[in-house]
Amino acid sequence: MKKTLIELNVNGEVHEIAIKPNDTLLEALREKLNLIGTKEACSVGECGACTVLMNGRPVLSCLALAIDAAGAKIITIEGLSGGETLDLVQESFIEHGAVQCGFCTPGMILTARELLERKEGPSLEEIREAISGNFCRCTGYTKIIEAIQAASTGQGSRRKVQG
Amino acid sequence: MKNYQVIGKRLPRIDARDKVRGRALYTDDLQLPGMLCGMVLRSHLPHARILRMDTSRAMGLPGVKAVVTGEDTLKRKYGVISRSSKYMDEFPLAVDKVRFIGDEVAAVAATDPDVAMEALELIEVDYEELPAVFGAEEAQKPDAPQIHDHAPGNISREFHMTQGDVEKGFQESDLVREDTFTTQSAIHAYLEPHAALATWDLKGNLTLYTSTQTPYYVQQHLALTLGVNPDAVRVIKPFVGGGFGGKSDGMAALDFCAALLSKEAGRPVKIVYSRDEEFAAGRRKHPVTITMKTGVKRDGTIVARQCKAILDGGAYCSLGPLTTVLVGTFQTLPYRFEHFQYDGYRVYTNKPPCGAMRGHGGPQAHFAQDVQMDIIAEELGIDAVEMAMKNGLRTGDRSAAGFNIISSGFLECVEKVSAETGFKEKSQSKRTGGKKAYGIGLGCGGFPSGAGFYFSKTTAAHSSVIIKAGEGGGISVLTGASDIGQGSDSVISQIVAEVLGLRLEDIHITSADTEITPPDMGTYSSRVTVAAGNAALKAALEAKKVIFQVVAQKLEANPADLVAKDREIFVKGSPEICVSFAEAINLYQTMHQGAPLVARGSYSSPDKLSPTYSFGAYVAEVELDLRTGEVTVLKVTVGHDCGQPLNPMSVEGQIEGCIAMGMGYTLQENLVSEEGQTLNPSLLGYRPPTAGQVPEIVIYHIIGEDPEGPFGAKETGEGSLDPVAPAIANAIYNAAGVRMKDLPITPERLVRELKKKERPHEKNAH
Repeated sequence: MKKTLIELNVNGEVHEIAIKPNDTLLEALREKLNLIGTKEACSVGECGACTVLMNGRPVLSCLALAIDAAGAKIITIEGLSGGETLDLVQESFIEHGAVQCGFCTPGMILTARELLERKEGPSLEEIREAISGNFCRCTGYTKIIEAIQAASTGQGSRRKVQG
Repeated sequence: MKNYQVIGKRLPRIDARDKVRGRALYTDDLQLPGMLCGMVLRSHLPHARILRMDTSRAMGLPGVKAVVTGEDTLKRKYGVISRSSKYMDEFPLAVDKVRFIGDEVAAVAATDPDVAMEALELIEVDYEELPAVFGAEEAQKPDAPQIHDHAPGNISREFHMTQGDVEKGFQESDLVREDTFTTQSAIHAYLEPHAALATWDLKGNLTLYTSTQTPYYVQQHLALTLGVNPDAVRVIKPFVGGGFGGKSDGMAALDFCAALLSKEAGRPVKIVYSRDEEFAAGRRKHPVTITMKTGVKRDGTIVARQCKAILDGGAYCSLGPLTTVLVGTFQTLPYRFEHFQYDGYRVYTNKPPCGAMRGHGGPQAHFAQDVQMDIIAEELGIDAVEMAMKNGLRTGDRSAAGFNIISSGFLECVEKVSAETGFKEKSQSKRTGGKKAYGIGLGCGGFPSGAGFYFSKTTAAHSSVIIKAGEGGGISVLTGASDIGQGSDSVISQIVAEVLGLRLEDIHITSADTEITPPDMGTYSSRVTVAAGNAALKAALEAKKVIFQVVAQKLEANPADLVAKDREIFVKGSPEICVSFAEAINLYQTMHQGAPLVARGSYSSPDKLSPTYSFGAYVAEVELDLRTGEVTVLKVTVGHDCGQPLNPMSVEGQIEGCIAMGMGYTLQENLVSEEGQTLNPSLLGYRPPTAGQVPEIVIYHIIGEDPEGPFGAKETGEGSLDPVAPAIANAIYNAAGVRMKDLPITPERLVRELKKKERPHEKNAH
């Protein structure tokens, strides 16, 4: 299949890459740019693991064609924090035990980041709603929701545990 | 609780920082120069004889570098339970016959996934279709097609156990109750699909990176099926994106195919299963029909239990022969009774093979047991809590299946959740609001902290750990235990840090690489904390002993008076007389002609069944929509005894994950198949719970100190699943008076039962 040269703006850097017309954004990110933080878990838009931000909005990169992403500003998990400082959501996920196997984590964090950009102090319901397209099989979501809520209020404080 | 520095603390996982940045490398993230893409051709028929295969057209396609079929293999059968040859019933690539839709027939390696996919279509296979059988009942009939030559009647395993005399027990009982329960086909649905990357060196050594729970079993089965020495097979487990038992089969077909294709092509080959392949052909949980008969005294004391279980096994053994045992033995937890008889039958059918899934036989058995306990309690006019209190296993008890209970906090768990939820008052009050009804239910469980035996023949200990001290005061920990997301790397590091008085960041763990790390059974049967944890504890204590010897010489003190804390070793009561941990390591090397400080520890369960058992009592509160049959789980209150939680945050993570998975199992998850074809092979079709569905969860740690577990810890990763289904089912009964004995409890089934209850004279109100 004939390849096309496109420019992809990812994490603030512009990359010129040759892609096939049917290459997805996920394939371009993982295979051409080695941005392996974006995960492939279903490749049919059902799990949310491949979520990236495109012009600030969460997008399932397995359903987006790379060619359509040319010209857009894309942020992947690698671009969420610069250097050694982590984003508040990332810190909160670590602190609250919201990470187990970690496969859903990058997509989950980007989805949460977008929610917090859009909505100050979201309710529990709004948090659940926002991440309801991101499957997690390990955590039962409890600690993920707590982590997002803590990040939204800027609190690193942990939930009090009985017993 | 003792005054620990690292143990029992809510510490973040050691790998969390890499994971939140997308830097943790899973198998599919790895690349090797010249790497090819592999894919597997699967049978589209449920049962057929292979008459002819022709791969020449596929081989001729530009970009195709290797095509393999069963004819290119040694035709050696394997099976994860390799202690017995009758459980080794599967060829890595089909030979002569296929037995389910999805059975692996051939594999290709090509330069590009598009080419590989096209090549699969060019492989010609002529089949002679054979009669197939899909139900466990039909498969046992005399005229049913026989799926394996070695198994007349399609019985893949039968297991019988007798303790005491059940007939006598029933005669002595005041009430005898028999019920039949059914459970569905469920699947792990871990987020990371299976992946494997194989490469060979020119000396004939294989390296395989694979998404597995059990690297040492993969090594053994690859060696067997490829005909090489196990030590020439290096299995490396990178980060794994969840397993839940679905990656514990020892070797998946893709491990073998990647290795064989790589050998043929002379280049590295990576295979990653699609989500569709995972759902349509991957291992799954056994659907079980359980007929349970229980006799009790008027005061609720259980006297006797008789149970027959029929497991629909699918086309091959996988771990099913063990599941057949566990559905029986697990129902002797968490209650004690004298007389027990169990008859378990696992039946081959032309469907994808069933194996282990979190709880491994426990969720099915406990659903039956605790729903029946609730029925009996009601018939006797006593409280479910009272029933549990009366019958719960205490420390020192032996269960009817022979489980030795060396520590039990079960009664405290029940008391705690009962008091905190106001169980008695809530369960006795009728709570409805318009078309909504509210209910509360109890579910209980107990679970072994690891199996007491290997599946294969080996002289290795169940777990071993090697630790090596660095000049900078850091400790390398080498363990074959596999962190698959549950956090064992962190917990093992905590144990070593605690013993040596170090911080978590001083511990550098490698898990698992069969060439470097010592043998370990792997991550299954909830065994890692106790087994690998104890091995790590022993290794750390051994290291501490030799370090203290050299420090004692230097400080002119008695080793018994030394303390290791906060990266220093000092004399008890005189912290100013000290050396730093790093100095101590260098001191050791200087005094030993530069030899490195290496220590090792091994652990095997002293009990052939399991070293110790966890316990839990779970109360579910539900809202039921009487019109639609929709159930909302509002709150789950947990009392659990895992001894001393080594990291309470991780323990809670296991429990919360189990509640979500258990809720999905109870209410919605179901792999539907027709004529052997899985009809809903997708996440949206199968519907694991999403964030919007999870209830409020309140967890009470009932902390005890188990005599066997490291720092008194027991398991928590699987036992926490078992009580969820009965707790929800009993809460539904409490809300609306309908007794649900079949999983999943879908709105359709509930509405049908609600209608029957309203109009009891109408039969089959479909």
